[in-house]
Amino acid sequence: MSYPHKKIILDPIVDNNPVILQVLGICSALAVTSKLSTTITMCIALTVVTACSNAAISLVRNHTPSSIRIIVQMTIISSLVIVTDQFIKAYAFTISKDLSVFVGLIITNCIVMGRAEAYAMKHPPLPSFLDGLGNGLGYSALLLVVGIIRELLGSGSLFGYPILPLDRDGGWYVPNGLLLLPPSAFFLIGVIIWVVRSWKPAQVEQPEYKIYHAPRPEVAS
Amino acid sequence: MSAPEPDSAVSAAPVESGSRTLLVTLVLCLVCSVVVAGAAVLLRPIQETNQKADLIRNVIAVSGLLKEGLTEEQALKRIEARMVELATGDEVTGIDPDTFNIVKAGKDPENSTELTRREDMAGIRREPRYLPVYRIVGANGELKRLILPVYGYGLWSTMYGFLALEEDLRTVQGLRFYQHAETPGLGGEVDNPKWRAQWTGKVLFDENWKVQVEITKVAIDSSTPDAQHQVDALAGATITSRGVENLLKFWLSDKGYGPYLSRLRHERS
Repeated sequence: MSYPHKKIILDPIVDNNPVILQVLGICSALAVTSKLSTTITMCIALTVVTACSNAAISLVRNHTPSSIRIIVQMTIISSLVIVTDQFIKAYAFTISKDLSVFVGLIITNCIVMGRAEAYAMKHPPLPSFLDGLGNGLGYSALLLVVGIIRELLGSGSLFGYPILPLDRDGGWYVPNGLLLLPPSAFFLIGVIIWVVRSWKPAQVEQPEYKIYHAPRPEVAS
Repeated sequence: MSAPEPDSAVSAAPVESGSRTLLVTLVLCLVCSVVVAGAAVLLRPIQETNQKADLIRNVIAVSGLLKEGLTEEQALKRIEARMVELATGDEVTGIDPDTFNIVKAGKDPENSTELTRREDMAGIRREPRYLPVYRIVGANGELKRLILPVYGYGLWSTMYGFLALEEDLRTVQGLRFYQHAETPGLGGEVDNPKWRAQWTGKVLFDENWKVQVEITKVAIDSSTPDAQHQVDALAGATITSRGVENLLKFWLSDKGYGPYLSRLRHERS
């Protein structure tokens, strides 16, 4: 079996985006996108973890008894997340304070486990690594869009540099406080999913069932 | 599906057997624990330096020394850290103020005392026995400014900050919160530079050294004598503002730094 490397990386960014199409990894997307600096760090951390865990899990896939495979995946992923977290604390201290527990929570991010179970368990290390990379980038692409909108319209800045002059500093822009709160990310992700699915109707899911309209029973008067 | 790799390299038993499961588990645990422990041990010195640097950076930022044109390094040289026993106001030795963890100290049952509901204005439940203070000294070793760690509960979170007092020990040089989780855009504005700037020059004590500070929602009339004790509240953040007022009142009272401050006043006169 040959692996189209470019397709493996690019596919999850638009056509098979883990957040937009599979609707995974939403909780961290809400929590870390109020500032771009935290968003980028989270994106890098998740991409690194997904890619490396996929490669590592793929390496041991033929030696892993299926009865303990989920635990094996979990152990590998958790170790990688802890190492990543330690690195961020050592080399990006201020950002690690803003991210607080969310790097640690990559362990429970559905994208990482999902790719391990769906792809890495069945494919060789290199394609698995690229698949993890691609899915990490797909997650990052969405987070960055949400992060840019939230920071620009919520605080009038990007990466902390003022872009829109705020009214409280004598400018014209009144920041939208809602965008700094987690629910706004829900609305933004919803709108993005809607836009992408209008652009690519193939992503629209078929309804799993139809609501049956029962005829109203005759009531004896 | 890829072809199964030869098994014999790792073990003769088939992949699904019990002994093989145990072996895989053992090897995996060993490898993972070495990786995790290695990263934690190798990176710890850098992380500790970061934590210390972060704390000191906040102390320097509140000290007002940077405004006078000093670089961070020059400012650092003028700051002396000391440990203070709050109840007596004595400076103590034997504890390293650089590695002292203020957050942990307030929770450690051995080195803190429980506050009664009446005493606990700042909403911190326990009061640490020791806290670091940072003194900025002049050329002859005389006290120029005093920086005190303060903290207290706002709306959602405990807000940790530093209060810098001028030489007279009643005028504020700066107040700065470096850790909190208040609502972004509302209570979160406690770290807004514009709001912080209001504090500089405010007076926290009256003539008889009674704490007097008020965060008010009413427009401050600068012609009244009380204006020097008043600070404009944060818009839309009544509880956070009240939290700041309460924590200042607590830490300046006899329960907080009161004994230490009065000792410094007596030493000078």
